[in-house]
Amino acid sequence: MADEFILETHGLTKEFAGFFAVRDVALKVRRGSIHALIGPNGAGKTTCFNLLTKFLRPSAGQILYKGQDITAMAPADVARLGLVRSFQISAVFPHLTALENVRVALQRQHGSSFDFWRSKSVLDRFNGRAIELLNDVGLSEFANTPAVEMPYGRKRALEIATTLALDPEMMLLDEPMAGMGHEDIDKIAALIKRISAKHTILMVEHNLSVVANLSDIITVLTRGQVLAQGNYAELSKDERVKEAYLGAGHA
Amino acid sequence: MSALTDDTLPVTPRAMRDEMIVFAAMAVLLGLVPLTGIYPFFVMQALCFALLACAFNLLIGYGGLLSFGHAMFLGTAGYCSAHALKVWGVTPEVGILVGVAGAAALSVVTGFISIRRQGIYFSMITLALSQLLFFIYLQAPFTHGEDGIQGIPQGHLFGIFNLAKPTVLYYVVLAGFLGGFLLIYRTINSPFGEVLKSIRENEQRAISLGYKTDQYKLLAFILSGTLAGFAGSLKVFVAQNASLTDVHWTMSGEIVLMTLVGGLGTIFGPVVGAFVIIAMQQYLAGFGQWVTVIQGVIFVACVLTFRRGIIGEIAHFFRRSL
Repeated sequence: MADEFILETHGLTKEFAGFFAVRDVALKVRRGSIHALIGPNGAGKTTCFNLLTKFLRPSAGQILYKGQDITAMAPADVARLGLVRSFQISAVFPHLTALENVRVALQRQHGSSFDFWRSKSVLDRFNGRAIELLNDVGLSEFANTPAVEMPYGRKRALEIATTLALDPEMMLLDEPMAGMGHEDIDKIAALIKRISAKHTILMVEHNLSVVANLSDIITVLTRGQVLAQGNYAELSKDERVKEAYLGAGHA
Repeated sequence: MSALTDDTLPVTPRAMRDEMIVFAAMAVLLGLVPLTGIYPFFVMQALCFALLACAFNLLIGYGGLLSFGHAMFLGTAGYCSAHALKVWGVTPEVGILVGVAGAAALSVVTGFISIRRQGIYFSMITLALSQLLFFIYLQAPFTHGEDGIQGIPQGHLFGIFNLAKPTVLYYVVLAGFLGGFLLIYRTINSPFGEVLKSIRENEQRAISLGYKTDQYKLLAFILSGTLAGFAGSLKVFVAQNASLTDVHWTMSGEIVLMTLVGGLGTIFGPVVGAFVIIAMQQYLAGFGQWVTVIQGVIFVACVLTFRRGIIGEIAHFFRRSL
């Protein structure tokens, strides 16, 4: 079973002073799939994400990554195991160039990151791989542009390139399409589809057409709990899901 | 994350070339000082503070950490060196080593405690630790409390250079300053410096890439504290005393002021800032207590009108990295 599911949670719960942002969530992410986490605002999607990547400490429950219990691990250690996240607000290093952004991710695995007495020209050996990664996401002409000067959609692509530099087994994308125009959405969607060939992807996304096109399996969260799970066709017929999205529960 | 450093330009080969040219010009100008008749004591003192401000700038400008207790490294190294030179009678090079080692040890301990907190809490912890140390030094017998350690012998560095001669001492201090400056410059432009900058820019993202950011911040803190200590040891030979002034919190404030006036997160800003502040204290000494008021006005003017500092504004105007 551990081989089939790369990431599993049991009874995952996060309580903020009496409010349950995430309650008793059991999630199973199949290796090699694109798994989407959807739900109305405040459903606990991002909290769930922060729990999985250890940026938040769960109040209760267990997280297994490749069969290993990572519930008590530090976020940097989880990243080192190959479970790497992105952020809702585009997370680049604004005053480093695109190339330098990717290099920061590449240099970590090569053990010279504490060397303060060496020239950073030793990092030039990562340039080839960094440019390859930038090419992959269509950013080759931005290599020497500071990230802060890049258009929004390109920043998201840069973020994905930086994440890919770590060659993670599993990527967690927090609203990869948030704030993007149509053109960018198509580009990033194609990119995600392409990288899913080699990487398992769990993403939070609001854009339902993107979710419909990309995901193999969808988990619907409402009020911190799993409401339903299935593929898009199944869920679109589910009355409970419609209700949650249309807010019929409040009527 | 740091609004004060949001104008940092990316380092390109051209930027590094510009910086090396300015460095060479600075080294030559400073090397000519003894021929000009400028009071060397003033310049030597300014050089010590310039190195101190550069060390401080490494931490805030490139690591995003505002230490409000950097005087503790200056003062601790000063006391250690002064004690070793005067009481143990060691040679100058050993005296410097003792001072630097003292500051390094202190920075390991204080860094370990303070680095776990962020923003204002980090600043407050460094301030609290430096105040704690101030009161220890006030009471400890070896510092001679209010009197300080006076009349420190200068001796012969490496048995050759007679530090009692102002010109020789000047070039030794200059060499120490340039060496420290280059080490800081290298650190900023090293693989470590790249990680440090990425942490300053977006710590959460650096963590998500697998960096244990506390370890990098600790190393930056230790480097900064140790180099600040080196400045303190050099200063002992210039002032020939070690006193409580150097560990007082107002000294920590002055370090912040020098760096801000010169330009936070710029390579040369802290040097310019240190010279401006020391020159003000020197040449406005006739105004007595008013110096503090004038300094305060300059500080306010700096923050209100040229937020990037002297060098920061110049660099921004020419779109260069300085």
